[in-house]
Order: sequence, then structure tokens, then C-alpha cells
Amino acid sequence: MAIESEVKLRDFWVSPFGQRCRIALAEKGVEYEYQEENLSAKSELLLKSNPIHKKIPVLLHGGKPVCESLIILRYIDEVWPGKSSFLPSDPNARAHALFWADYVDRKVYECGTRLWKMSGEALDAAKKEFVEILKTLEAELGDKKYFTGGDVFGLVDIALAPFTSWFYTYEAYSGVRMEEESPKLVKWAERCKERESVAKTLPDPMKVYEFAGSLKKRFGGK
Amino acid sequence: MAVEEEVKLIGGWESAYVARVRTALNLKGIPYEFLEEAFGKKSDLLLKSNPVHKKIPVLLHAGKPICESLIIIEYIDEMWHASGPPILPSDPYERATARLWAAYIDEKLSPTIGLFLRESNEESKKGAKDQIFVALLQLEEAFVESSKGKSFFGGDNIGFVDIVLGSCIAWLKAMDKFAGIKFLDEEKIPRLVEWAECFCSASVSRDVVPQTEVVVELSKAILAFRRVVVVAPSSPNDDVHFMLLLSSHVIDEMLIVVFSFTII
Repeated sequence: MAIESEVKLRDFWVSPFGQRCRIALAEKGVEYEYQEENLSAKSELLLKSNPIHKKIPVLLHGGKPVCESLIILRYIDEVWPGKSSFLPSDPNARAHALFWADYVDRKVYECGTRLWKMSGEALDAAKKEFVEILKTLEAELGDKKYFTGGDVFGLVDIALAPFTSWFYTYEAYSGVRMEEESPKLVKWAERCKERESVAKTLPDPMKVYEFAGSLKKRFGGK
Repeated sequence: MAVEEEVKLIGGWESAYVARVRTALNLKGIPYEFLEEAFGKKSDLLLKSNPVHKKIPVLLHAGKPICESLIIIEYIDEMWHASGPPILPSDPYERATARLWAAYIDEKLSPTIGLFLRESNEESKKGAKDQIFVALLQLEEAFVESSKGKSFFGGDNIGFVDIVLGSCIAWLKAMDKFAGIKFLDEEKIPRLVEWAECFCSASVSRDVVPQTEVVVELSKAILAFRRVVVVAPSSPNDDVHFMLLLSSHVIDEMLIVVFSFTII
């Protein structure tokens, strides 16, 4: 393979942001080298590729780094258009999809993390907020097969899909009942898992639960 | 939706995020109706058009809303691709780089300017000040790389990053007069200082970037009284009349709207 076309992904196994990139690359059928990063001792290559944020995931294409998972997804979509794009061609529909991908980015990870890290009043507040988020996503999904519309497994779906392996963790720690609060979203999650790209990428929810547990202990959570 | 259909923009003159969209519309020569939100109030139209975040700016094209300033700018670029030079580059790697710097500005710079303005705690203020300097130094490097010796991040023409960073200039300049801190220091960030002058003199920015004096008065009033009701002028170049409410019944919402630059 020529150097110019070599694709590498610096990532961390449980990172939902990294998983987005893996799902996207699999959907496009792009071959790449996966490189697991040790987050407690970040490699020189990572620090050089993403000197600003020093974070994974970083996609390296022909040696050139692309950072920030949503930006990486759009880059993958533009470089390897393939049979179907992650985004609709109509500008208004694209803007709509970008809005919802941005919503997922802003809300799900941060609030979801509080569900397993916090306790007491802070946990109650996080629960309330998370239910709001679920209901908002449920309303946006509606009766569609995927968020992007039609049969297209698109940007919003890829942005949200990795969090489905955290659903068990969120429920176990916080008592939020996803099936009750957002049944359509739960069915959407099952449809996502039927896709090869998602099934091969996402870890077992129990492994995610153990990971969260170990982090919680390490950082002194109750 | 066709390019000739009606364009409206829900916003406020004081909001940097709104200023960005206005710059983009100007760049493409798109006529639009500016629907100014009254301070301290969110119109029914805004709440209906952006029910999720309830924030300005919102672009209405043939009545359909588009929200989030960066998304709106990309929409304008795609919809009116035939008018004027492109806002985003065509090369995917350069596009990713432009998007990354825009995201960086929105994460590290824009909200920190707002934090600096409203913080009374000395330590937090110093932390915000330091972060602004770090971000500007980082952007100076980014400018040298992106511009390749030309006037703008976008090269010969104003591009995506120019529009996004350009919206911060009025506030950075104001802080020199208001807080005595020279963020746009030609010794520390010479290329960015040059760039800021180029950007402000460009015709597309002229009616959009508020005059420094106006921004200074606004900042002073906000900090001095913490609750301000502003009778918004129709253009940033009019005199700003302040009606100061010292009552403790003034809602926090008003502070948030005035600081729309920081939160919206």
C-alpha cells in the first residue's frame, strides 16, 4: 500500500468517540491499522498528531492527522464517498443531521458519565437531565428506521451508536429505565447492533460496566 | 428550497455568533431580513424555530430554521455555492483543518472571553485571561500555516476560520480599553493583529462588527450593575442607551441574553 493512502487510527478500546471512527471506516470498507493508545502514558505519536488536545481518536491518513471524532467522520465520508454518504445531499437535511450529531456530542457523553460517577443530589439531577435527553432523541427519531431518514445509517446514527453499549451501565448505576423512557430508541439500538460494522466494533456491555466500575473506584466515587 | 427564497435571521447585534452568520451572508451577497430579538426576551418565533436550545442565531430560509452558527455558515456555503468564493476549502483535509480550528475557537476562546468579562473572582479571572492568551498564541501558529503568506486563514479570501475568529475581535479590542489587557498584542501575535485589521476593514464585516466603544460601554454596564436592560439600537453604530435596573427582581435570563456572546 502506498504511504499516501495508509490509514491508521489511534484509539482506546472503550472510547465511544473512537468507536464512531471504527464504525465509519467499516461502513466504508476502508482498511486501516488500529493502534491502541495507553491513556495513562500517551505515546509520542499521539502528542505529535494532536498537540492541541492530546486526545484520541486521531485518524492518520498518509501520515496527516485528523482530530475530533465528528470531524473525522465527515472527513471519512468526503474522502471515501462510496455507495452511500453519511449525510443527505440536500443542504437543509444536512444541516438538520449536523444539528443532531452536535446535540448528541454535547449532551449524551457528559450527562451519561454523571449517571455512573455521581451520587446523591448530583445523581438525581443527572437522571432528570438524561431522561430529558432520551425523550428529545426519541421525538427526533420518531418512527424512522435510522435518525438520518430512509434506510441510511448516517452521521447521527454513527455518532450515537457507541453509547448503546453504555446503556446497561447507565441503567445499573442510575436506575434510569431506558425501555420505559425511550422505547423507540431502544429498538433503534437493536437495529444498529444488527449491522456488522457496529456488532464488530462495540464491546460487550458487561465489559463497559466493569470498566466504569474500576474508574469509579479509582477516582473515589461512592 | 431555492436560493431565491426569502432569508431571515433571528439574532441580536451584540452576539458574536450572530455576527458570524451576518458576515457569511454578506460574503455571499444574500439579502436578508434581520429579526432582532429584544433583550431579556425570547420571541415566540425563536422558541418555535429553535425549541431544543432556544438560542440565537437561527437562519430561516423559506421559513425553515437552521440552528447553530457553524452549521448555518456551512449551509450558506452549500446553498449559495454559486455566489462568491467558497467559505470552506474544497480539499477534504483542508476542510477538516478549518473545522478543527473553528471548533477550537468555540471551545477555548469564545466562552472564555465571556467568562473573563463576568467573573469577579480574581483567580478565575486570571485563569480565563491566561487561557485566552494561550488560545491566541495557538491561533497565531495556525494562521501562519493556513494563510501561507496571504491575508486570511482562507488565503486570498475570507474563509470559515476568518469568519469564526473575526466575531471575537470586537470583544478582544474592547477588553484593552475596558480591562487594560491588550490581548491583540502585536509583539506576541503580530500576524493575528495584522489579520484582525484586514478582517475589520473588509466590506463584509463593516456593518457587522460592533464599534469597540459600544462594546466597552456594554461590558462596563454589565459588570457595574450586573443586571442590565438594554434598549438595543438597530445598528451597532448608533448610541446605546442604557436603562439600568437596580431592582433585585430582574431575572437572570437578562444577564444570559446580554452575555449571549458567551453562552449562545
